Amino acid sequence: MSKKGYTPTSAPSPRRIVKRMNMKNSKEIAANIIFMLAACISILAVALICIFLFANGIPGMAKIGVFKFLTGRVWKPGSNIYGILPMILGSIYVTAGALIIGVPAGIATAVFMSKFASKRTVKIMNQAVSLLAGIPSVVYGFFGLVVVVPLVRDLFGVSGTSMLSASIVLGIMILPTIISISEPALNAVPNAYYEGALALGATHERAVFRVVLPAAKSGVTASVVLGVGRAIGEAMAVMMVAGNQPRMPKGILQGVRTLTSNIVMEMGYAADLHREALIATAVVLFVFILAINILFSLLKRRAKL
Amino acid sequence: MISQKKEAVLIKILVYSGTVLTLAILVSVVGYILFKGIPNISPKLFEWKYTTENVSLFPALINTLLMTFLALLFAAPLGIFAAVYLTEYARKNNRLVKLVRITAETLSGIPSIIYGLFGLLFFVTALKLRMSLLSGALTLSIMILPLIMRTTEEALIAVPVEFREGSYGLGAGRLRTVFKVVIPSATPGILSGIILSIGRIVGETAALIYTAGTVAEIPGSLFDSVRTLSVHMYALSSEGFYINEAYATAVVLLVIVAGINILSAYVAKRIGRRTYGKN
Repeated sequence: MSKKGYTPTSAPSPRRIVKRMNMKNSKEIAANIIFMLAACISILAVALICIFLFANGIPGMAKIGVFKFLTGRVWKPGSNIYGILPMILGSIYVTAGALIIGVPAGIATAVFMSKFASKRTVKIMNQAVSLLAGIPSVVYGFFGLVVVVPLVRDLFGVSGTSMLSASIVLGIMILPTIISISEPALNAVPNAYYEGALALGATHERAVFRVVLPAAKSGVTASVVLGVGRAIGEAMAVMMVAGNQPRMPKGILQGVRTLTSNIVMEMGYAADLHREALIATAVVLFVFILAINILFSLLKRRAKL
Repeated sequence: MISQKKEAVLIKILVYSGTVLTLAILVSVVGYILFKGIPNISPKLFEWKYTTENVSLFPALINTLLMTFLALLFAAPLGIFAAVYLTEYARKNNRLVKLVRITAETLSGIPSIIYGLFGLLFFVTALKLRMSLLSGALTLSIMILPLIMRTTEEALIAVPVEFREGSYGLGAGRLRTVFKVVIPSATPGILSGIILSIGRIVGETAALIYTAGTVAEIPGSLFDSVRTLSVHMYALSSEGFYINEAYATAVVLLVIVAGINILSAYVAKRIGRRTYGKN
């Protein structure tokens, strides 16, 4: 047989044969279709969420005027004035505050678990972090209401429900997110980096902080981005401690309203344009979240987590 | 420039104080709730019917169970089947697979208040299911779908190829291999995903207020409004009259969450112990 006539690469692999055999069976075909349809549910869900949010929110936004809606400084449903700039800023400020509180503590804890703790301690810490992640947001909100708010009130002589209280509660809530993504990112840094630093005369601490942590930059940043998503999307806990005044944020000790709490507070009784304005608020929030998600998955891909 | 020794001490202080802060927060949240809540737990909180006198959390507890059961009834089969498709049936990097992955990732990032609003617009208003147990469960099932899909997929991938080849070699078809070999070997992993979803359902408030409503009664049908334990707790603390009962409800929620964590750790241990022939 000449070499040309026989090409071993074209021979069907055993797996292919099995597949071809199975496909003849109508039961197998039906199963394939059912499994595929189940997989398509998530596509359908995202499509439906987009369609229903945009179809119900965009017309309202158009009626109010997109620019007026996004940059309006006054929210007065009673007189049909709908500007959500106060809420956009409120969400951003509260989230920034949460990051200032949650990120250093979260990263420090992740570094501890990855590079300082014994195996036993890590096991216990993992349990602690997953408990922290499992506590419902109402419970955090309630804790904020009965502990953080009175504390802020007594320390600063203000009403207590404030941007500061909301930032503290959110800072606590994003801790498990930051820890549970940063820690594997730190663990994924090749040990040779650390050993190389030691060989050059660095102490354990310097090797960890100057070599391992920078090498895990993408993963750690991804954890912060996901934390931002959690903080900006949190509704109940923030609403319980933030005061929710619909006006431009006035300072960290004053009350503030976020995009999420705007929706929860008023959706129960809103009608007509007011209702549409609230759904439009959700559209703005949704766009924020989509942007954050895209950023997160880009970072995650780079960190190869 | 500071010396390496000083720097090392500084870094150590930084790392340790951050860790201590995290643990202190956990201990103070859990400790404070238990300390204030346990004395407020009384038999009247577990009476069959909710009244303004007993402020019973029992109907909410039953509703939470019903909600969990229903949401899992919808989401678990769909999530598991979807994962089976992704790992066992679809060709890698097929366009549909990519789209499924992207949308699942998107779903897992959407905040619960947006799910709640979507549920209100779609299930409650467009499909006319009213604010009900059913609307709430459907909304939550979309919310937990990506979690079940991801954990199941991981569990299925961890099943060695030899298992499948062995099954094919004995003459079993693909469908039979999936149900008799692959899924049974992946059960602990799938289970731990389901346990995690239970945790999310129990803790959910924002997605339920406008889809399942806040009626503190055990429902007569799928179309009755119900409040789950988390919503109950929110209602109590925002009304402001029943702070003691809110503490007690928080304790019950914490106990459930801790139980779920212990259970999932136990299941995870079983995965670790399982050896797939090699080792």
